[in-house]
Amino acid sequence: MNVWIAIGLTAAGCYLMKLVGLLVPAGTLERPLVQRLAALLPVALLAALTAQQTFSAGGSLVLDARAAGLAAAAVALVLRAPFLVVVGAAVAVTAGVRALGW
Amino acid sequence: MAEQTAPPVIRDPGTPAKPDAAVVRDALGVGVAVGLSGFAFGVTSAGAGLGLLQTCALSLLVFTGASQFALVGALAAGGNPFTAAAGAFFLGTRNAFYGLRLSQLLALPKAVRPFAAHWVIDETTAVALAQPSRRAARVGFTVTGLTLYVLWNVTTLLGALGAEALGDTAAWGLDAAGPAVFLALLAPMLKTATERATAGIAVLLGLGLLPVLPAGVPVLAAALAAPAVLWLRGRRASAAPGGAERTDRAAEAGPETKEEDSR
Repeated sequence: MNVWIAIGLTAAGCYLMKLVGLLVPAGTLERPLVQRLAALLPVALLAALTAQQTFSAGGSLVLDARAAGLAAAAVALVLRAPFLVVVGAAVAVTAGVRALGW
Repeated sequence: MAEQTAPPVIRDPGTPAKPDAAVVRDALGVGVAVGLSGFAFGVTSAGAGLGLLQTCALSLLVFTGASQFALVGALAAGGNPFTAAAGAFFLGTRNAFYGLRLSQLLALPKAVRPFAAHWVIDETTAVALAQPSRRAARVGFTVTGLTLYVLWNVTTLLGALGAEALGDTAAWGLDAAGPAVFLALLAPMLKTATERATAGIAVLLGLGLLPVLPAGVPVLAAALAAPAVLWLRGRRASAAPGGAERTDRAAEAGPETKEEDSR
């Protein structure tokens, strides 16, 4: 049930955000500070999410095979690999390191 | 879904009309490449413990990739539904700013807007803004939106079914797909020192607060890195007027600035 509540809230919230941009008069959100904050907010969220989903398990910090996978993804990104290759590299390296028993 | 697509290119008013077929080709390219990553979402969501119906509902109803990944990640970590949804919601706020740009560019009739809104995401915005005329922008937006929506949902379903067939998704390394997606979305955003400082502080906050705050809350706290960095920069700029401020701002404000500079 909790999952459905989360899905409902996210769906409603995200849809409203999409709609607001199309409906409000042009210029309303064009203030420079608002624009800059809007550009930086995803940076902060994505950075925190990347770190947490790589280095945490059940509320504590851990270092496991996912770190190697993320490093592989970073290398793929530096090499300008396509999106799916980046994700594939992370998955493959994580699986490989786990298979080695780490 | 792909914030990793190329940033919108500068629109040059002198460009001759672009044939619809060329616009459709651009749009299909983006739509297909990104739509396929729905597979990664389906697998991740199923691996996080969401049911098939829940996973598909997310792709059908939320349809903005980063928010979807964030939500299933937060739920898997044991976050309560409200903090999990809040993180996903904040990631989705950028779509409001895309909508503002598109609203002027596409000039959609009022009755169409509630339907078009569902497709206002990174990729459709990137393709639409890259077109030389209103007609091309409308074609690009519609074809990208339709292709992505169909593929993203089909591949979500396949990914979720695939994950169920695989059993233990962690053994296959699939729990690394989520963070890799976030990193791929984040990388092109790290353009200047401002973005890098924000990302660095957010990582420290996100990891540092993780053991002490309830699941889902540390991510929201990490979001404070954005206003904090802006505030610090504002102070520095007022302490030393002129100089670096202007160049930094140009890189920071994103797609809009490019157009301003081209005028």
